[in-house]
Amino acid sequence: MPETQTLAQRVVRHPLLWPVLALVALLVINVVATPSFLDVRMQDGHLYGNVIDILRNSAPVMLVALGMTLVIATRGIDLSVGAIAAIAAAVACTRIVGAGDEGALTTAVMAATYAVVVCVLLGAWNGFLVSVLGIQPIIATLILMVAGRGISMAVTDGQITTVNNGWFSDLASGYVLTLPLAFLIAVGVLVLTALLTRRTALGMLIEAVGINPEASRLAGVRSRTIIWTVYAFSGLCAGLAGLVIAANTNSVNANSLGLWIELDAILAVVIGGTSLAGGRFSLMGTFVGALFIATLARTIPNIGIPSEVNYLFKAVVVIAVCLLQSPKARAIVHVRRQGPPQGPTAPVLVKAGSPR
Amino acid sequence: MSAVTVHTSSAWDRVRGYRPPARYLPIIATFALFVGLFGAGGMRYEGLGDPQVLLSLLIDNAFLIVLGVGMTFVILTGGIDLSVGSVVALSTMIAAKTLEMGWSPYLSIGAVLLTGTFLGLLMGLLIHYFDIQPFIATLAGLFLARGITYLISVESISIKDPTFTELAFRTVSFGDYYIRWTALIALLTVAVAAYVLARTRFGRTVYAIGGSESSAMLMGLRVAFTKVGVYVISGFCASLAGLLFSLYILSGNSLHAIGMELDAIAAVVIGGTLLTGGRGYVVGSLLGVLVLGIIKTLISFDGSLSSYWIRIITGVLLLAFVVVQRFATRRPS
Repeated sequence: MPETQTLAQRVVRHPLLWPVLALVALLVINVVATPSFLDVRMQDGHLYGNVIDILRNSAPVMLVALGMTLVIATRGIDLSVGAIAAIAAAVACTRIVGAGDEGALTTAVMAATYAVVVCVLLGAWNGFLVSVLGIQPIIATLILMVAGRGISMAVTDGQITTVNNGWFSDLASGYVLTLPLAFLIAVGVLVLTALLTRRTALGMLIEAVGINPEASRLAGVRSRTIIWTVYAFSGLCAGLAGLVIAANTNSVNANSLGLWIELDAILAVVIGGTSLAGGRFSLMGTFVGALFIATLARTIPNIGIPSEVNYLFKAVVVIAVCLLQSPKARAIVHVRRQGPPQGPTAPVLVKAGSPR
Repeated sequence: MSAVTVHTSSAWDRVRGYRPPARYLPIIATFALFVGLFGAGGMRYEGLGDPQVLLSLLIDNAFLIVLGVGMTFVILTGGIDLSVGSVVALSTMIAAKTLEMGWSPYLSIGAVLLTGTFLGLLMGLLIHYFDIQPFIATLAGLFLARGITYLISVESISIKDPTFTELAFRTVSFGDYYIRWTALIALLTVAVAAYVLARTRFGRTVYAIGGSESSAMLMGLRVAFTKVGVYVISGFCASLAGLLFSLYILSGNSLHAIGMELDAIAAVVIGGTLLTGGRGYVVGSLLGVLVLGIIKTLISFDGSLSSYWIRIITGVLLLAFVVVQRFATRRPS
């Protein structure tokens, strides 16, 4: 009879434990450095404070990481999300600037829709390369990563395009129900993805494709369609992220927008507990991972670490988190505490023909 | 007993019916493309037909060639090394800083090579003994190397040491043409690497791990030594490339070589090495670097194309190669 686990046991064994603990540890460090770090107050009809800033800043990485989670779950990777974000921002901003009424709501909506459609098509292109042509995901998306920057610069003609549309800026700086709109968009996409993957069979099929593509193909899972879909979804998320980033500065610099955001997104996914080898994925883990990355970015100036040490700090954190998740590293620690594990007793070899 | 006449094929028959082994096809394709690009450029632009352009290609891309060699070793085992660009930047910074502090140039060079090799060793140990994915471990290496570079100095440091600058410009000239020592070092690296991969046990084990790591382990090959070894080699090559780069650019700056690892990976893929490992040659990576270089040269000769077209054309070329590679290596069903 399986023993029922107590609540404490369930908490300790939960896969989200390590990411949440890491996030809490970061927050504790911040509070120690600045006791008023967690303070939140109402101002101008919305919430105001360090924590709210972290929530707002985590939106682009969270959006990209959500798409990246599903791609990684199918044993793939998407390096082109930064370039797709830049293309989305470039397309949207040039559309707004080129429209008749630059400040209208309809202009903003039309530009955003156009940009998002372009990004879904780009994601579908990635999916085509990976699922139909069978090209390795890392190189298939590397192609768009290289060419996409060029495309986004071609769209803006090498200029930094500035836009003047209040509705567009609201994407990054607006507040709905006292919370930042950008964060709510990210949470909205998270909820939608969670519903689509956990309430339907889609999540299980994605995990099946990632765990064993051959077996799932033999079981009748349409892996080609699923892989195509997850890359298109990743493109969609990257496009949304690009719009949020552009709305933050009301301009688009095609050279630097979303540069290296794919690395942050992959880190968020890995910190959240999804393995790069594919298979089981955790959307809540990605959520915590993205918050972790945003908090880390906030911690470094807050505790007075000079910005030069930024990268070093990130390296130490990445290695620490990966070692924590590596079963071999944990096994070393376990063996020291409990002594050598007791193996099953060796089977007794019986000579053939001898009476049992 | 009847006399059996054996049909001996004449030399002409052998030449006529010659087919290169299938495994060399990707390299031959890359070489053909390179010759095609060079020829097309020579016909279109006046100055491009000069053989000195080819030698200048080697000089300008010497560091990328060495980087490609190291990356080939890693990719042949099925892994990847994202830290090489940052190790190049770290090498330039260490060289610049130690020279500024008054160290002898040979001591500086030693320090640089030691650092790269040590970082490679660290990453290899993490990857093999802790089962961390190469992508993540070398990503951490990227952050680590970039971070140490920032730590040493945030601003650019220029290299003014006379021995160093003399090394940078030392040339070997034959007739009307000249080639710099940096390019010769790069070619020597390619030759040594090709020998190691083709003729030593270590090289054979590299290919075996790429083919199937578990089979290699069951066969009794020294998998742990080789797996860590390829990352050590990649780190060493990255620091050597950093030295060549610092000779080229004569300064140490934390903003150097951002994204250079992607150029190296692209060169290796264009050169015909499979990303899943087990197949590929360093000569292919050399050709891949030259192909990338000639594209940049063609665009700069043209003068009218904007810099972002380089990226688009590189992307298209990469796509063409990968598609051809995919169909060439697909097993006939």
